[in-house]
Amino acid sequence: MNYAQHVLTHLRKDLRLEWRTKDSINGMLFFALLVVVVLAMAFDPASYPDMTRQISGGLLWVALLFAAMTALNQSWARETNNSVLDAHRLSEAPASALFIGKALANFFFVTAVEIVLAPIFTVFYNLQPLGQAWKLLLVLPLGTWALVVNGTFFAALSLRTRNRETLLPLVLLPISMPALLAMIQATTAVLTGQFEPTLWIKVLLAYVIVFTTACVLLFQTVLSAD
Amino acid sequence: MPKWAEGWFALTVLALIYGFYRAMAAPREATMGNLYRVFFYHLPHAILSFVFPYLNLAASFLYLFWRNRNVERAAAADAFALASAEVTVLYATIGLATGMLWGRAAWGIWWAWDARMTTYLLLWLLYVCYLLVRSFSSTGQTAVIAAVLAIFAAIDIPICFMSIRWWRTQHPAAVFGGGANSGIDPSMLPAVLWNMVAWAMWGAFLVGVRYAIERRRQQDANAEALGILNQEETTAVLRHRLEEA
Repeated sequence: MNYAQHVLTHLRKDLRLEWRTKDSINGMLFFALLVVVVLAMAFDPASYPDMTRQISGGLLWVALLFAAMTALNQSWARETNNSVLDAHRLSEAPASALFIGKALANFFFVTAVEIVLAPIFTVFYNLQPLGQAWKLLLVLPLGTWALVVNGTFFAALSLRTRNRETLLPLVLLPISMPALLAMIQATTAVLTGQFEPTLWIKVLLAYVIVFTTACVLLFQTVLSAD
Repeated sequence: MPKWAEGWFALTVLALIYGFYRAMAAPREATMGNLYRVFFYHLPHAILSFVFPYLNLAASFLYLFWRNRNVERAAAADAFALASAEVTVLYATIGLATGMLWGRAAWGIWWAWDARMTTYLLLWLLYVCYLLVRSFSSTGQTAVIAAVLAIFAAIDIPICFMSIRWWRTQHPAAVFGGGANSGIDPSMLPAVLWNMVAWAMWGAFLVGVRYAIERRRQQDANAEALGILNQEETTAVLRHRLEEA
């Protein structure tokens, strides 16, 4: 098997597992919905459309980030049952293929949540983008990948620690800060139409490239860290 | 403590005292009066807290390189990484605290979300998180996890720096190398340089002490793992070897 086939096998396995249980997606979806509702109590989205446009980008990403974190914590838990992770370490497949497969699977889960959440968000927050809405089609996948690639990596890293559930947000949030800033700014730019999102899309792209490379190169080290 | 370390410590204290004297003896600043003197502490700490992370990064790379080649050197690199991360957090905390005090007095607010301050806060957060991860992880894996995280943190800092700079700017432009009107009055320069040297020496001293303590802890842990901790001779030999090293 070549590298792409290894990745595909891992990806298919994760998608099949998720399809049969639907644990992560359902959990994430409901959690994100709850965050959106809770945030609506902090301010009145319907009465202040301008302010809503200003802060919705941030709210959307915060909801997605928190939701993704609940799923990311679980994504490696499956591999620890019956020492599956040790089997992975023994297998001939390159470790980074396992990582990319897992990250892609998580990417698809979070994207599925976004596809459901975006219309709900638009309706609940009464949003009308004033910029070029098609640019969100660039921002959303890039932002999702930026969150998921580091999230998957640090979830694997925190497998090796005590209280791993607490650790993931502690590590993921500071490291993701530039990406969060870029995706929130880009989304706000599209929603308000007051400035161009191009710079922030570039930042996001650079972040994604740099951190995907770092994750792929260092995953082997994390997987065999003992 | 070996003799040369005691000598270093004495020199550091002298440099700190002299730096303090120069800072207090420097001329009053035109607009801020005596208030600006916190600058002599703020600047060295802020600059040095961007130096120690590089030492941490270098030690982390060396750890990953030596991990499967030379266990003893790898452990030393790990101890150094921990020491430099702790001093980073210490210096960044002092930099933040002095910055906030100064900001409150000069700008009227404790905190503004401008480019430098935000980047600096993130630097602090990243290394606090590094120390947290170290304390959370189970022994035996701490070093690897920490080394990987150190690499991620070090990659993150320049990206943070650039992206936040594009985001907003309120902090005064770079004091040194920031264009024609930057720079300080030459009469203040000795105070800046002396404090810079003194705090750099102090930082190096702290890293050294922390490194030695961590090495000793590692050796004790190894001795305990081998079940020879209670044999006083062996411990004495270990201690002696440590002091030689």
